[in-house]
Amino acid sequence: MQTRRHFIKALALSASIAAIGLPFAAHASDTIKVGILHSLSGTMAISETALRNVALMTIEEINASGGVLGKQLEPVVVDPASDWPLFAERARQLLAQDKVSVVFGCWTSVSRKSVLPVFSELNGLLFYPVQYEGEELERNVFYTGAAPNQQAIPATEYLMSEEGGGAKRFVLLGTDYVYPRTTNKILRAFLNSKGIPDSDIMEEYTPFGHSDYQTIIANIKRFSAGGKTAVISTINGDSNVPFYRELGNAGLSATDVPVVAFSVGEEELRGVDTKPLVGHLAAWNYFMSVDNPKNTEFVTKYRAWAKANNVPNADTVVTNDPMEATYVGIHMWKQAVEKAGTADVDAVIDAMGGQTFEAPSGFTLTMDATNHHLHKPVLIGEVRDDGQFDVVWQTEGPIRAQPWSPFIEGNEAKQGL
Amino acid sequence: MIARTLPPFLLLMLFLLAGPARAALDPDIVQGLGSSDFGIRTAAIEALAATGADGAEVVAALEAGEFGAVDGQAVIVRNGVVTAIGSGETLDVAAADVALLRLNNRLRRAVATARAGITLEVGNEPERLAAARTLVGNSAEFMLPLFERVIENEEVDAIRELVIQAAARVNLASNDPERRIEAVTLLGTSSDAAVLTLLTPLVSRDGDAWIEPDPAVRAAAQDSIAKIERRIAFTDNIRTVFTGLSLGSILLLAALGLAITFGVMGVINMAHGELLMVGAYATFVVQGLFRTHLPAYFDFYVIAAIPIAFFVAAAVGVLMERSVLRYLYGRPLESLLATWGISLVLIQAARVSFGPQNLELTNPSWMSGSVEIMAGLSLPWNRIIILGFSVFVLVLIWLMMQKTRLGMFVRAVTQNRPMAGCVGVPTARVDTLAFAIGAGVAGLGGLALSQIANVGPAMGQGYIVDSFMVVVLGGVGQLAGAVWAAFGLGIFSKFLEGWTGAVIAKILVLVFIIIFIQKRPQGIFALKGRAVD
Repeated sequence: MQTRRHFIKALALSASIAAIGLPFAAHASDTIKVGILHSLSGTMAISETALRNVALMTIEEINASGGVLGKQLEPVVVDPASDWPLFAERARQLLAQDKVSVVFGCWTSVSRKSVLPVFSELNGLLFYPVQYEGEELERNVFYTGAAPNQQAIPATEYLMSEEGGGAKRFVLLGTDYVYPRTTNKILRAFLNSKGIPDSDIMEEYTPFGHSDYQTIIANIKRFSAGGKTAVISTINGDSNVPFYRELGNAGLSATDVPVVAFSVGEEELRGVDTKPLVGHLAAWNYFMSVDNPKNTEFVTKYRAWAKANNVPNADTVVTNDPMEATYVGIHMWKQAVEKAGTADVDAVIDAMGGQTFEAPSGFTLTMDATNHHLHKPVLIGEVRDDGQFDVVWQTEGPIRAQPWSPFIEGNEAKQGL
Repeated sequence: MIARTLPPFLLLMLFLLAGPARAALDPDIVQGLGSSDFGIRTAAIEALAATGADGAEVVAALEAGEFGAVDGQAVIVRNGVVTAIGSGETLDVAAADVALLRLNNRLRRAVATARAGITLEVGNEPERLAAARTLVGNSAEFMLPLFERVIENEEVDAIRELVIQAAARVNLASNDPERRIEAVTLLGTSSDAAVLTLLTPLVSRDGDAWIEPDPAVRAAAQDSIAKIERRIAFTDNIRTVFTGLSLGSILLLAALGLAITFGVMGVINMAHGELLMVGAYATFVVQGLFRTHLPAYFDFYVIAAIPIAFFVAAAVGVLMERSVLRYLYGRPLESLLATWGISLVLIQAARVSFGPQNLELTNPSWMSGSVEIMAGLSLPWNRIIILGFSVFVLVLIWLMMQKTRLGMFVRAVTQNRPMAGCVGVPTARVDTLAFAIGAGVAGLGGLALSQIANVGPAMGQGYIVDSFMVVVLGGVGQLAGAVWAAFGLGIFSKFLEGWTGAVIAKILVLVFIIIFIQKRPQGIFALKGRAVD
């Protein structure tokens, strides 16, 4: 099964590389090269294509306003085809062959883990735009997505509050890989610290691409009979549709058993009949529905870009949290380069700490001086029937990231980071 | 429910509110509605349940998003006019200055409880039934007088039964042991696991002392718990069998097309998953056409899509067979590689023409929701219908293979190609038609899958392994084998999942199949005949 998949991916890749490599072959040398490392084919294409788009849009925006240090940015797009080892190869190609100054890329934690050695070895610079499980701090990486304490823990606190329904029992449901496992480990320790015993926590995992949630939903229904229950879902990608459909058909409504998801955003809801999801929750650091001038500008720009570049279904494109994080990341990198006066990696890393940017989320985000993570606000949104979110709760201001969660044993010494 | 989540002073407040409906809203409720404290306001909204017609207007305003507060005074904003709740005066406040209350899940539950309390006595029959269902899970002590009135006056048995259950849940906390015994016995007829949670404290100890002082109540509770547990175990088993059958029907629909192309014709068709995808995309296109041209008949798009999904996938199948596969008969490795290539072409074609996103397919209303088969067991409509659909497709194929001339030719060619050719069967055309039918059936499978799972360019990849598993396990060359294998695997993996969780269950199923194929390489059913290939 696995070899067959790899083989398919390898074939898909050879086709797509041939198509993508060519347009950027010849260019003048007084530009700064910027690598974009997102899967445009394979299973992750559904999420990552939008990040490539928003990165290209941001680069165009910066070029139109005069570039960086008087030089134009030149995007170098490669397609790692949702194949983790290929991420490392493409990263090496970007750093060693194309000599890019910075790379914006990766989505899954496993893809990030596979490129880390390459970035350390060749002293590259990676901006990672997706919420993740923490437990990592690399000198060559800036994390513009959320650490667990900037998403999972505030969301759980909300569910426990009177306003969030006062949940006493929790179902931790996830796809079986590193992000859900680590997040749920942190959440279990957090819930225990709040006086919720293990008997009131149900933890379940499903294989990738699982589409039959009948048994799990029946178990959740039974579990929820024991008291106010909330479901914390780290179900990934494609499994979400069958999960919510089954939930709706089984008669578990959001008012009885609310589900808060960490991997369901506007982009994922585009391919979904939202009827069974209405009222369920998602926790992010940005929603497309956030109402402020910065966001209106961001959304309008992206819509126009999608139309101008003939993105499929351009009339219905949406923006989401990782896209905002990509946008913020590129702008902060630009600011750091300007502060350092050079695009040299070491100088930029030193200049990044303390950079601020007025983000589309409506908050001014700061890059932490030491831990390479952004200070981010946490927003909890309720799914509307048009696939957008109503913000029902948010933190007062940005929260500092704790990449090493205090709820995991052995991290005590790293709390200063 | 409320008793467990609210601080004592609120309980006291609620207690004071108890009593028959009165001329105007209680001032405490009015004050609570205007409070800025979330808990007090929620409790006040729930207390509206016992206010009858007086509270109805407030509940309607809450549901319509017209409820708000100005300076601690609860108001209704309608058409720009601000009216105070309680006094009913029109206030001289701009509508824009009112902080309208946005409902979240907690408040929605409170409003639903209030609405249920109000309609339980005065609504029409379906409304009363829905109200009784809501109140069973959200009953509180202040509703007891309401429950007693309804138990006395309600004519529909189903509603009265539910209200009796709701009242019994409240009466569990009564001071009178007699009432407690009565409540415990009544609750013993329930099939709801939530009742177990209510009864368990009655038979538990707090330190050395029993929580429930009266031994008679304890005995009754023990008895009721045993009854409920038996009933739940029974419905659980039925549910597991149904979920197994449902999973089996999906495996079968995914695999049936392959059972024809691989099982009967011997083509290792790696593009089978993409034929499913083609069927699902055809369904999507039909849905789009219905949405723009025939919105009144939107609910029937799935039925209209059945022939279309079949013929579109069959056409793709014919194209594959005529252009590539017919040159590769008898060369399994080459046809494996070629169909792999075709599958990649089809995936990328879908991605280029429809975009990489998943497509939105809406369940028609008659495929949404569930039906209550027995107390505590409701089965979702879409799964029941797909189970029926798989049987329908199966019967169709069986008739085709057994009762038509084409079916006879296909069987003849399968059993002995040169001999069939000698007696005048046009073997090349039969191959094309059989492959087209296999592809068309895969298209029907795609249609069914589109109602349950995702529709995207790579959706077929997820089913190809399962499909081969079913066909190989069932025995290559046999349709009956595929049926047994699909339903057997479905039920087997659902029982396993109940014990071990989904991840381990999947592994165990694969291990089981490996061992089974080792011991019995020909599958469950072996084709008896001289030539299998």
